[in-house]
Amino acid sequence: MATVTLTPTKVPDLRLEADNIKPDVFAGKKAAEIADLHVFIGNTQYMLGEFFEVAGDGGASAAETTIVIDGDVSRVKYIGMKMTDGTVLVKGNADMYVGAWMEGGTITVNGDADAFAGMGMTGGEINVAGNAGNYLGAAYRGDWRGMQGGVIRVGGNAGSDIGTFMRGGEIIVNGNVDVHVGTHQEGGTIIVKGDAKSKVGGQMVEGEIYVFGDIEVMMPGFQHVEDADLEVDGVSGRFACYKGDMGERHPRRKGETIYGKLYLKY
Amino acid sequence: MAKMVTDVICPFCGTLCDDLEVSVSDDGTKILDVYNACAIGAEKFLHSQAKDRVTRPRMKQEDGSWKEVSYDEAVEYAAKMLADSRKPLMYGWSSTNCEAQAAGTELGEIVGAVMDNTATVCHGTTLIAVQDVGVPSCTLGEILNRADRIVFWGCNPAHAHPRHMSRYSIFPRGFFTGKGAKGRKMVVVDPRVTDTAKTADIHLQIEQGRDFELLTAFRVAFKGEWLPDFVAGIPKKTIYEVADTMKSGRFGILFFGMGVTQSLSKNHNIDQAICVTRDLNEYTKWNIMPMRGHYNVTGSGQVWGWLHGFPYALDLSRGFARYNPGDTTSNDLLVRDEVDAVFVIGSDPGAHFPNRSVKKIWDLPSVCMDPHLTPTTAVCKLHVPVAFVGVETGGCAYRMDNVPIECRKVVDPPEGMLTDLEFLERVVARVKEMKGA
Amino acid sequence: MAEYLIKNGFVYDPVLGIKGDKVDVAVKDGKMVETSALSNPAEIDASGMTVMAGAVDIHAHVAGPKVCVGRNFRPEEKLFRAKPMAGIKRMEGGFSVPTVLKTGYDYARMGFGFVMEAAMPPLYARHVHEEIRDTPIIDEAALPVFGNNWFVLEYLKNHEIENTAAYIAWLLRMTRGFGVKNVNPGGTEAWGWGLNCPTVNDPVPYFDVTPAQIIRGLIEANEYLGLPHCMHVHSNSLGEPGNFTVTLDTLKQAEGIKARNAFGRQQVLHHTHLQFHSYGGESYASKSFESKSKEVIDYVNKQDNITFDLGVVTLDETTTMTADGPFEHHLTELNHLKWVNTDVELETAAGVVPYIYSPKTFIAGAQWAIGLELGLFAKDPMRTFVTTDHPNAGPFIRYPRVYKWLMSKAAREDMLDNVLKYGNTVRDRCYIGEIDREITLFELAQMTRAGPAKALGLEAMFGSLKPGMEGDVAVYPYNPETSEDPEDIELAFSNAQYLIKGGEIVVKEGQIVSNGNKRTFWVNCKVDENPQVERDIAEKFKRYYSVNQGNYEVYAHHYVPNPYVIEVDATQ
Repeated sequence: MATVTLTPTKVPDLRLEADNIKPDVFAGKKAAEIADLHVFIGNTQYMLGEFFEVAGDGGASAAETTIVIDGDVSRVKYIGMKMTDGTVLVKGNADMYVGAWMEGGTITVNGDADAFAGMGMTGGEINVAGNAGNYLGAAYRGDWRGMQGGVIRVGGNAGSDIGTFMRGGEIIVNGNVDVHVGTHQEGGTIIVKGDAKSKVGGQMVEGEIYVFGDIEVMMPGFQHVEDADLEVDGVSGRFACYKGDMGERHPRRKGETIYGKLYLKY
Repeated sequence: MAKMVTDVICPFCGTLCDDLEVSVSDDGTKILDVYNACAIGAEKFLHSQAKDRVTRPRMKQEDGSWKEVSYDEAVEYAAKMLADSRKPLMYGWSSTNCEAQAAGTELGEIVGAVMDNTATVCHGTTLIAVQDVGVPSCTLGEILNRADRIVFWGCNPAHAHPRHMSRYSIFPRGFFTGKGAKGRKMVVVDPRVTDTAKTADIHLQIEQGRDFELLTAFRVAFKGEWLPDFVAGIPKKTIYEVADTMKSGRFGILFFGMGVTQSLSKNHNIDQAICVTRDLNEYTKWNIMPMRGHYNVTGSGQVWGWLHGFPYALDLSRGFARYNPGDTTSNDLLVRDEVDAVFVIGSDPGAHFPNRSVKKIWDLPSVCMDPHLTPTTAVCKLHVPVAFVGVETGGCAYRMDNVPIECRKVVDPPEGMLTDLEFLERVVARVKEMKGA
Repeated sequence: MAEYLIKNGFVYDPVLGIKGDKVDVAVKDGKMVETSALSNPAEIDASGMTVMAGAVDIHAHVAGPKVCVGRNFRPEEKLFRAKPMAGIKRMEGGFSVPTVLKTGYDYARMGFGFVMEAAMPPLYARHVHEEIRDTPIIDEAALPVFGNNWFVLEYLKNHEIENTAAYIAWLLRMTRGFGVKNVNPGGTEAWGWGLNCPTVNDPVPYFDVTPAQIIRGLIEANEYLGLPHCMHVHSNSLGEPGNFTVTLDTLKQAEGIKARNAFGRQQVLHHTHLQFHSYGGESYASKSFESKSKEVIDYVNKQDNITFDLGVVTLDETTTMTADGPFEHHLTELNHLKWVNTDVELETAAGVVPYIYSPKTFIAGAQWAIGLELGLFAKDPMRTFVTTDHPNAGPFIRYPRVYKWLMSKAAREDMLDNVLKYGNTVRDRCYIGEIDREITLFELAQMTRAGPAKALGLEAMFGSLKPGMEGDVAVYPYNPETSEDPEDIELAFSNAQYLIKGGEIVVKEGQIVSNGNKRTFWVNCKVDENPQVERDIAEKFKRYYSVNQGNYEVYAHHYVPNPYVIEVDATQ
């Protein structure tokens, strides 16, 4: 495993776009070549080396490449975007689009991640120790195909619009979430271990949402079906099981209508 | 002796009335009176004649005072500001014509700007919803000729689009609607008892922030499924009844405005309203239409649509077009300190943006093109007054139903004053020189 | 002005009858000329390459409100696909619904000189023209829609051909339009109430006129006027299994009518995207669905007065958009994807829905087959034109792929054996597997140049390299003597080495080097004064339109800054 360490040396005055910070791009490159990679502030091109000290060479492939960002990158966008393999560790906060359109590999953010983390994700793992922003694991604008695979874990709270148009994969938030969980969801699993505000499961076609804490206002399209004892992500408990969103269309398979499922922990 | 200019288009709101008549002095220089317009439209024409109108660009001095400069100096400042910046924001575009919008887009491409229009604080959420679920809609004439069910959700046309109900939506006697208002049922959904709500057959006084829930409840009701006793403060019996009223019409229309586009849930409200409309098409004929505010915000969305494929929040900084509200939208960019210059035209963010954003405009190099003195011109470094589109220069504007209408020139602008298009073309030329094109 | 001599190329010109001979081609002052007319030309060496006149697209949805909403509501199809600005090229975006810049550049890259915007809603004419104006390089025109227009419905109920003709002439001027488009006749007005007219005999609600009357009436009115193009129809029940009977009923409306015009046009009915209208069976299931291309083409082959374009399905994720409002609603009910609808007062409607033609499904494979069968069964390539009803059956950038399929049986077999999941079922239910014919380059030139130009009444300007024609010349890196791989066809026709448009080089060595000087074509038709129609127009504007009559016409210069006006005198 080859590790490339990026130490931030300068805070960008606007915002830095660093779509090149990913194992796929660093693989096969020496430190000097990595430092020469392009980053952007608006319409102006810079080199990665102008904002980071680069130590270490990339591995032979993305899978064999680890990137460690040793500091705060709360003004650096697109870290790990579209990566297919390898590891990225951010020892600080990261700006928008962490792991957006990710296909594989692992990203860990020790601090907070801003909006659009894991957007359009198809595989891999994102772990955010702190809080995540809005649009976690959401679909890109207009795409009815949202997150399709992979796992996103958030240690703290998350914002609004998580898992919109989700099709597969898992999102687990340890803390609380803001409005709109799983809007237009058509597959996949969302687990909120804290509280949710409202608009949970709106327009849900299929898939599963678990909420351990409270929901302030329930969506009117959910009908209570039964109570059940379940184990969810290592936590056992009694859950009220709802089906819905009853205002939305639902597929039929093997003669049965398949609904979205909402589980509220007692 | 006065001359009457007829078929005049009112350049104020998205209703884009085109039946105004303006009497002008015999020598064609003064507007004497305006007929058929609402109070707002009439004022747009009449106040353009104000004696204290600013007629030349002004640059803010070190001590905060304003000094008049020439258009050439203004072009120089604007061109230099844009050419030197790494991520300029070019915002507004809604109160000008399509020709200026297109010229401005060329400018934005050359300098690598983010271009945004007033939808960003208004119907941008509608545009997001349309991208997610589409939009069954129609032209305003379809309403006047066919509609017998009208819903105003989160909008107050009596105040914001004063002639809407008389020209299109409630009162006209059209081809299939000979009974006029008597043959129509009007539903208003609004937490407030507005002047529009007072004329409705049904007023649902919805609990604030619960539009998404109530819209969902309608979809549940269409399917005859169970509902809780109350949704958004509305009793379920009423919800089922109104759902039936909507289904029983032969042509329904749902108009909506900022009450749902910019309240809790934003684009999800519109998304669900569109889904309600879509569901209704299984039973009868229904359409939905946003009550666009500025008279040509729609045009800005169309121009960017055909040039770049995105209707607002257009990021051209990397040499190709990108779009993602939340990232490429004006307030996010300003508040996150992501832009280094601000160019405003045909809008008043100083009045409409949150204070946190306006403070950034104050801090940054900034230009505002506007015939008026506004809160925006007050915080910018350069104020460029221009002719009023639809009064002093023509050009295309798009109505709230996307119908393009050519605005008319009724009188000349003040001596020596440029139009938006003329100023922008000069800035484009100067920027090209600076960049050695 | 500029002089060019294109030397040593293999020339295909149906009008001059050149079938691949090495002939030198000359351009001067914007026009094709004899080589002897040149004094000091810039030389273009076309050795080993194919030379044809600039291509003509008779039907594509590239400009206007439904195209624009198609772009605006599909940010996801632009993601990661943008082409940055470079040189004189502005930014390009989109795939199935390209931005206007990309549209112009991509057509130029394929050697096209003229494109017809297939459907213009009259009330939105300014929008269509703004997009046409901003589309670089290619000359364009637009066809206003008439088949659901209240004036037309009322006049044709009583077969008032002269009044219909007067209205058509008026509307062409108001909208700067080119000809008569007829989409889902009657059915789109029924859609104003959520209804439709599935057959040619279903009367339009309230107006009580049938699609058959509308079709025949518009043909007659078109010939009364002697317009350059004939009535251009998208018949009822598009996409429905079993609709071939409706198609034949539609085509039969042209029987006995002779073309009457001063432009060399010999046909009176053009049926567009015939593929979508040649279905048999009762459902999309492979047990039921079948191709009826042969039955339809047998009729077309017998009737000399019909032209048609293919509408080939290209098996892409694309965007459907059409004035067939009820069809689009039906489609969204099938695939549950986002749906845009716009009903246009007194005139028409439109719908837009994304669609995925997956090669993993039987039905997409069958649709693919049917479009090609129509082209391969057709007897007269001068009456058979290549289209994909862009973007409905596929993006126009796929035309070279369609050429490959038409010109190579091996390429078709490869699709049936290796690409289509249900290739064998497609062989069963469709004719494609039995057809050996391979379209030749000469026939391709007929189907993409000379034929469409003639059908549009533009044979004096486009479709040939004959001296006097517009200086539109395309040079493709395709060597007919040595090329064996069908993939070469697709590659070459997607990447013209040169395009000379109006006598100016716009594509040079495969690169766009100019934004050209595009023209907007429209037809100005003079008719006798008709006080009845004038009064009807005034009345409808006063009472039913939401705009004033004085604001309807596209009069301002900036919409059509570079017009090419075709004058027609239809006074009696």
